[in-house]
Order: sequence, then C-alpha cells, then structure tokens
Amino acid sequence: MKWRSLSVLLVLALVLGAFSLSAFAEGKYGGTFIFGRGGDSVGLDPIQVTDGESFKVTQQIYDTIVQYKPGTTEVIPGLAKEWEVSDDGLRWTFYLREGVKFHDGNPVNAEAIKWNFDRWRLVDHPYHIGGDFTYYSYMFQGFPGIIKEVNAVDEYTVEFVLTEPQAPFLNNLGMVSFGIASPAAVKKWGEDYFKHPVGSGPFKFVEWKKDDRIVLEANEDYWGGRPYLDKVVFRSIPDNGARYMELQAGTIDMMDYINPEDVASVKENPELDLVLRPSFNVGYFAMHQNFPPFDNVLIRRAFNHAINKENLIGAFYAGLAQPAKNPLPPSLWGYNDEIKDYEYDLEKAKELLAKAGYPDGFEFDLWYMPVPRPYFPQPKLVAQAIQYYLSQIGVKANLKTVDWGTYLDKYYADELPTYLLGWTGDNGDPDNFLYVLLDQTQNNCGYKNDELHEILLEAQRTVDHERRVELYMKAQEIIHNDAPWVPIAHSTPPLVKRSYVKNYIPNPTSTEKFHRVWLDK
Amino acid sequence: MVNYIIKRLLALIPIIIGVVLIVFLMIHLIPGDPAQVMLGERGTEEALAALRESMGLNDPLYVQFWRYISKLPRGDFGRSIISNNPVLLEISHRFPATIELSVFAMIFAVLIGIPAGIFASIHQNSWFDNLSMSFALIGVSMPIFWLGLMLIWLFAVVLGWLPPSSRLSVGIELNNITNLYVLDSLIQGNWPALWDSFKHLLLPSAALATIPMAIIARMTRSSMLEVLRQDYIRTAYAKGLSGRIVVYKHALKNALVPIITVVGLQFGVLLGGAILTETIFSWPGLGRYLVNAIYARDYPVVQGGILFFSITFVFVNLIVDLSYGSIDPRIQYD
Amino acid sequence: MTTDGTAVKNRPRKKSGNPWLEAGHRLKKSKIGMAGVVIIGILLLVALFAPLLAPYSPTEQNILFRYQPPSSEHWLGTDEMGRDILSRIIYGSRISLRVGLISISLALLMGVTLGLIAGFYGGFLDMVIMRFMDIMLAFPSILLAIAIVAILGPQLENAMIAIAIINVPRFARIIRSSALSLKENDFIKAARALGAGDFRIIVNHLLPNAMAPLIVQTTLSIATAILEAAALSFLGLGAQPPSPEWGAMLSDARSALQKAPWVATFPGLAIFFGVLGFNLLGDGLRDALDPKMKNA
Repeated sequence: MKWRSLSVLLVLALVLGAFSLSAFAEGKYGGTFIFGRGGDSVGLDPIQVTDGESFKVTQQIYDTIVQYKPGTTEVIPGLAKEWEVSDDGLRWTFYLREGVKFHDGNPVNAEAIKWNFDRWRLVDHPYHIGGDFTYYSYMFQGFPGIIKEVNAVDEYTVEFVLTEPQAPFLNNLGMVSFGIASPAAVKKWGEDYFKHPVGSGPFKFVEWKKDDRIVLEANEDYWGGRPYLDKVVFRSIPDNGARYMELQAGTIDMMDYINPEDVASVKENPELDLVLRPSFNVGYFAMHQNFPPFDNVLIRRAFNHAINKENLIGAFYAGLAQPAKNPLPPSLWGYNDEIKDYEYDLEKAKELLAKAGYPDGFEFDLWYMPVPRPYFPQPKLVAQAIQYYLSQIGVKANLKTVDWGTYLDKYYADELPTYLLGWTGDNGDPDNFLYVLLDQTQNNCGYKNDELHEILLEAQRTVDHERRVELYMKAQEIIHNDAPWVPIAHSTPPLVKRSYVKNYIPNPTSTEKFHRVWLDK
Repeated sequence: MVNYIIKRLLALIPIIIGVVLIVFLMIHLIPGDPAQVMLGERGTEEALAALRESMGLNDPLYVQFWRYISKLPRGDFGRSIISNNPVLLEISHRFPATIELSVFAMIFAVLIGIPAGIFASIHQNSWFDNLSMSFALIGVSMPIFWLGLMLIWLFAVVLGWLPPSSRLSVGIELNNITNLYVLDSLIQGNWPALWDSFKHLLLPSAALATIPMAIIARMTRSSMLEVLRQDYIRTAYAKGLSGRIVVYKHALKNALVPIITVVGLQFGVLLGGAILTETIFSWPGLGRYLVNAIYARDYPVVQGGILFFSITFVFVNLIVDLSYGSIDPRIQYD
Repeated sequence: MTTDGTAVKNRPRKKSGNPWLEAGHRLKKSKIGMAGVVIIGILLLVALFAPLLAPYSPTEQNILFRYQPPSSEHWLGTDEMGRDILSRIIYGSRISLRVGLISISLALLMGVTLGLIAGFYGGFLDMVIMRFMDIMLAFPSILLAIAIVAILGPQLENAMIAIAIINVPRFARIIRSSALSLKENDFIKAARALGAGDFRIIVNHLLPNAMAPLIVQTTLSIATAILEAAALSFLGLGAQPPSPEWGAMLSDARSALQKAPWVATFPGLAIFFGVLGFNLLGDGLRDALDPKMKNA
C-alpha cells in the first residue's frame, strides 16, 4: 500500500508546485544557488556528452528549438515560438522568436540553427570535430540520418526536411542534447569548445574548476525573463553521505542522489524538503531466454510471483518508488493499467516451478550493476534481497558483478543469464521504452515474439495517436504474458533542498532550467 | 655527482617504457571498451561501431600502441577519450591536489613521528616509549578507510567542527596559480582561503598520515638506539658533552640516513595510498580520478596518470639518494 | 628446521645450540610476540568454531529489521539487510584468514622463485627480473590491484591473486639479496665441490639462510594482505555479497554512517584487531629471530 500513499504525496507535490507557481510567482531576485551532485560534468557541449552531470549544466546554458513544460514531457515553445508540419510528416517549419541573442551577442536566427544541425549531422562539416555526436545519431538514426535538409527560409524561419516521418520528432528536438550553440564560439574554440560553452539560455558560463565546481551567472537578457538567481554553482561531491552532510551544514542549497537510509532524517528536519522527480524510468530483473531454464515461461512467471516488490521498495528506495508491472512508467501515455501484476505468492511460485519440472529448484548466476542508477539506487542490496526471496522457493542465485564497463560489455554480448538493469526515458514516447528494450531486434534477454514485433513496428509508422495508444496497450499485454522480466520499480528519484529554495520543479527527463528558482532568505 | 644523476635519469628510460608497455597491455586486457561505457544502456550496435571507429579502437593494438608511444617524447600524452581534454591538462588539475594532501600528511608524520621516535629512544623502556610504540603499532594496523569514516563521523557529523569533504568551502574565493590551495592563498595573502583550505586538509591528511607516522616513529627509534649504542656516542658522553648535544648533534645526524630512506619510501606509498583517502573525503586528486578512468576505460588517461605516478615515485627515490650525500659525506656517488 | 651444520656455522650471529629453539625461547619472552600469538589464536579459534559461536546465520536476512541498534538479541546490531552483525564478523574471520594466508603463500612462492633465479643465476635473467620488480614497485600498488581485478573480474579469489602479485617484489628482493650474499660463500663452494646440484644447494643452503627475514616478512605481509583485501572489498572489488567479508561489510555500511554508525564501527574494529595480531607477531618474531634486523 506504500505506493498509494506515495501517489497521494505526488499529487500533493504537484498541487503544491502549482500553488507556489501561482501564489509565489513573484519571487525574490538575487543570491547564489549551490547545487551538490555526485560527479563533475564531462563536457559542456551538449551534443558531445551522454552523462547526466553534463546535461544538468548545459540545460542552464543552452536553449532548444522546443522544450518540455516544467514537470512534464509535454512540448512547449522554446527558441521557436510556433511550428507546423506537412501532412506527410516530412516537412517541419519552425518560426523563431525574434531578437534572441547568444551570450556572446550574436543573434539566434535560422542560419545559426541550420549551422548547428549541419555541424551535427554532416560528418564532413569542418566543425564536426571534438567528439562523436552520439545522441544525434542515436535519436535521428545515424549521420545525416533521417534529417535530409535543414533550410534557413528567412531570418527567423527554419525548415527541416525528413527522409521518413518520425512520430517523436518534435519531442526529440526538445532533448537537452540538442541545445543550440553560438556558431562563432564553436568556430573560435574548435576542439576546446566544450570548455567554453556559449548558448542563449538563462545562465552564462563563468568558470569550471575540474572535479570541484562549475559557476554560472544570470543572463540579464534571457528571453524568458531574467532569472531570479544571480549565480548558480554546481559542486561535485561524490559521496552521497558527505554530500548530505554538506546540505545539513548549509554549505550547499540542494542535492540529488541521497542515500535511502537518510530519507527519514530529511523528513524529520524542518529545514530540509524532499523533492520527488516524477517517475520516468523502470528498473527490472531480466531473465535471458538463451539460458535454460529461463526459456521456460513457467519459470519466469514463478520468479515474478516470488519477489516481494513492496518490501524491496520500502527498504531500498525509502518507499520513493512504485512497484512496476509494465516496462512503461505510469506517467507515460499508453500505460496499460488494466494489467494485473503477478502477485507475491510463494506457493504459486513453487507450484509453477514444479510444473516446469524443477520442484527442487536450481542454481543460476544473478548479475547486479556495480553502480547506482536512478532506477536502482542500491542494486547490490536489491540483488541480495532477490537472492533471498528466490531461496524461499528453493532456487539458488549466485550474485555476480563486474565493473560497469565490463557489465555493459557482457550485457550486449548476451552473456548474462539474469541481470538487473533499467532505463530512463529520453523523449516521452512509449516507443523509447517498449521498442528499445523489448523488440526482438533490440533486446538482450533472448526474448522473441513476432506478434509483438509487428505491433511495435506498426506503432512506429503510425501517426494517429489513438491507434498508437491501442497498439502499445496490446504490446504490454503480450509482454506481461511472456514475462521476459520481473519489472521491479519505477522510482521517483528524490532531490533534497533547503526549505528556503523555492519553486524548484523537477522534470521527468532528469534536467530542468533553474531560471524560475528563487531563494527566500 | 652530475654523472650519477645523469646515470640515474638514463635508468629511468627503461622503467618508463616498461611502465607504459605494461599499463597499455593491462588496460587493454580489461573487457569492455570506452565506447560502451559512454553509451551505457543506449549502446546500439550501429552507435557502438561508429563510436569505436571515431575513437580509433578498431585499429590493431600495436598500431594503437605505436600511435601513443610515438607522441610521448614530444610530451604529448594524447587526449582523454571521455572529456576530450589533453591528458596533461587533466593531470595538472588533479595532481597538485594529491601532492598537497600527501605533503601535508608527510609533514604531520614527520613532525610527530621523528620527535616521538627520538624521545622514545632516549628514554628506552619508559612509559612514553611503551605508549608511543603501542600507538605506532596501532597506527600500522589501522584500516585508513575505516579511520577516515570514523573521523568524518566524529568531527563532521557529531561535532560539526570540520568539513567532511572537498578542498574549499563554496563561499571562499581563491585564484589558482599552482593549484596547491595553501600555497596559492599564502602567495595572495588570502587569509580566509588559507584557513578554510587548512581546515579541509586536516581530516584527510591526518587519516593519511597514520601509517607513515607510525613507521617513521619506529624507524627513528630503532635507528637512534643503534647509534646510541655506538662507541663514539659513549665517548662523547665520556668527554662530558651534555646529553642534548650528544643526541642532536651526533646521534641524530648519524641516525638520519635510514630515517630519510623511510620518509622517501613512505612518500611514495602515500601518493598511492591517497587513492582511498581521496575516495572517502571526496578529494579531487589524481588517484581517485585514475580509478574512475580505469572504470571508464579512458585509456590515455590511465596510461598518462600511472606514468606520472611512477615517474614521481622514481624521482622521490632519486632525491632521497642524493640527500644522503649532504647528510653523510662518506657516501659516494658513482 | 635445519640441522645442517655448515649453514649454522656460517651464520654470523651463532651463539650456541639450535638457533630456532633459541628464537622460540626469545619469542616466548617477548610480550609483543605473545600478544600477537594470543590474538591470532583467538582469531583461529573463532574461525574454526564459527558455526558454534555465531548466534545466527551470517546470511539470514530480514529486511523488515534493518539497522537495529545493538541489543541483547543482536549484540552488535543488524546491518542493511537485517543480518546479525556479530555472526557476520565471526564468519568473516574465516575469510580474512584465508585471504591473508593464501595470497601471501602465493606471493611467497612467486617471489622466492623469482628471487632465487635472479640471485642465484645472475646475469641477464637477474637484470630482466629485477627491472620488472622495479617497475612493479614504481606502480601505486592499489591501482595495480584495481587493474588486475578489473581484468579478472571482482571476486575474492581474484582479489587474492592481485594481492599476491603486488607483494611479489618484496619477497623477491629479500631472497635475491640473501642469495647474492651467500653465493660466493665458502660453504656453498664447498657443497658444490662435493657435487651438490643447484637444487640441493638452494634447498639445503640458500633457503634456510634466508628463512629468518622471510618468516618475519611473511607475517607482516599477512597483516597488510588482510588490509589490502579489505580495501579492495571496500572499493567493491573483492568479496561479493552475501559473503561477510569485513571490508565489504564496512563498504556497505558507508551509506548509513549517519543513521547507523555501529554498522561501520564493528567490522572496522575486526579488521584492526586481525591486522594488529599479525603485526604484533611479526614484531615479536623479528626480535626473536634477528635482534639486529629491527624495523626494516
């Protein structure tokens, strides 16, 4: 029943959020906001990086053509104030805000946007250097991928021509990776641009002390209004416990990734508030069907019955998660709430085991991730608990891990018989969960189902929203029935702030702009 | 003397080549590659292939090795695969942090260890001798990662006297010249920064100093005892020289060679041992960075960083060897 | 251990009778050494009788009773999985002893072999081996261990191999120097003149003469090996759950340092006492075996 109280909490948080938005819309100007996080950024050229710590900072420095409404994945205007799409879905036209300037004073116009996209998508572009443009090829399927042309129609009109329709195209453009950089700055710094970022966002880059801090200052001319804060400092404090101590001591104003053990003390402390990021992820326990007996659906279902998700979430997420029954997080459209989860029932699990021909259980390797992720804040402990639950039905799990790089290597090479892993959404489209994680051409758990494959492909090509919803509902039914995973949890990753920090609205996509945040002190 | 130094420096070359070769082979033996680490859960086959190609990971190993080593003599350590920064730049940010921590720990260890050792040797078998040598034994048996946690718990959590991590508080401004914060704030006369960085140094350097302090105290004591037994010391006493002069002028000077050897050796150990301390105290040093680089398969960084550590280690040894001559003129270099 | 008259006669510090017996007597008189013997004895007994001593199973979890403070039911409290910390520490002694003994035996084997080859045969082999040892010594040892474990995979067995490898150079150096100093000695020449082969000379003459420093170094190295294993486990590279390895216990307790400091306190103390025992014994042995070789 924990998740029910959680959802109450969530609603409360949303209501409070909305309340503060309207009632305290007039915040105080001034002050330095210090955000403590677990690691340093890799680089500040958003197209070149893949890590969350970089995106947190580039989100402040850059704007995207469209952006997500605070707290959601709904698309709202960004640098473009409006847009239209041709009937075949191949031609997108964006009308830009006028008079927006990069931090170096150059105008943000159609030419600048074309230049950025050309830099990203054309491998022979003179400034297609300094990295691998990973997210571009990932979201738009290679170089140049599905974006055939980008044309500057006039000063403030830019047109994209696609080779094929892409349902989540607009959502993709709002991703933090596609922040528009000042062409002049990229040309000036070349390969070292990532240390001298220039965008048009609410904060300007000031200073970067490696492994220590990144300092930003308010962009007085921000098109969305001058930020309340004068300065933002991102500090790297790798140890969760140490970071929490700094927060308690008041040397930082806000932090992410708190140890679940410390959540209770946050709730007791009137000077600290918990801020929950809406769930946009799934943590799962996969059973690879190339490894008998996991090719037997009865075994997989037995495991689904044997694991007590409620208890896991109470212990290792400090209750800040929802038990998962689908691969999709419930906040996403297309979520199938009709599905009834396999209930925690040891007798049923044993029965299924016996039916599958393993009344006395068996032994297998259970791999767990060596690093915490938002969907598994304590993978090692979750693995031990799963090991324990399975021992209750006579199955012996040997826990194994390797460092993260090797873990991924083995995962892609289909060498892990069972493993913990998860996914955080990119763009708010179910395709980004279901196809990517479970289609038979994509998954790494040996799961094959032709019917599912057809459905997922049809959903990709379909433009009609209702039809897509229908298809994804059906897909989740099939997945539930085949039980390739034990879906464990959709976490709501907690952030902790000092109570004087106002109007912080966390976005499901993991990063948000700070320009509406203000300090009441 | 000059010939000796040149000889020692030449002897460095095979060690450097050896270290480079071994590190190179070793990290390429680790399964997984930087492309996978960068892409994480998102490594589709096409994306991985493209990334590997652009990182030059598809070339045969000997080609990659040659590419790396042929640039080394020019001081080009390559660029970090992860951050794309020149490796030398990445190291130059972090190495001073490690040096500062190690030097402070060494100062701690020497300032307490040597006097304690001397005093214990003069008053052999006294309560002070027993007590300090017991402490020394405790010191060498201490898991410093545990001690570090306990220090944080006591001084930062319970008492709140000292900061739990990092090098400088957020509100404190300091311009970096050498990246050694204490030195930088001294140069600029920035007293708040000096005080603050000193406070941050206290816990980690105390934790790091435990083992070398214990070893130095024990070495000093036994080396002093050895000397105090010698005939010339007895002669000196017999000549009526006061105890203090005998101890400091004659005995200590002669006992210094093994003590300095140990200090030098321990400094090398400190540099390496700083990795754990840096992890616990979130100290932005080279050790912690290298551990992460191993995990991230950031090949050029691992190679460059370990090379840096090794060269420093060898240099410290050289300085120790050279310092013998100034202490004891009987020692000849050839 | 040895009754070879020549070897004893050529030992510079001979006094009377069997030097090993004499050393044994000296060790008995050494308070430090005996303290070490007692601690190690207790450790051995605990390890041996762990199933009898431990009040609970070391792996039995109850996630509804996590982080219980010390009480009459759980003397040292419970950990992050609701397991009894006392029972885990008791069972953990088995692991730490095993790690210390096995990894150092491995290091001893490799180090002695390499050192003997280098010292006894000299020349090119000596150069290659000792340069290699120099290179290894120039490495920060914990980084070397991390890299080795990263190659082999994080398991206790692999951590032991890594610890063995980083301890090789020390043993190799000891053996090599004593081999060098003895090689030209008269009794070796005499033995050779009598027709003894290399192997016999090594086993009968070289090894016994290097025994004293070797024993001391071995004991002290077991102490550091326990520390190193705990450090590797602390970094997540050693023992895997649910194994009650002390360093791993400490590492898992980190996230609850504020909420439940006892979870981190006790495994740390256990490591400390284990290491202390071997250090004390090592010191005692050094005084007993070779009064001149202090604090090397």
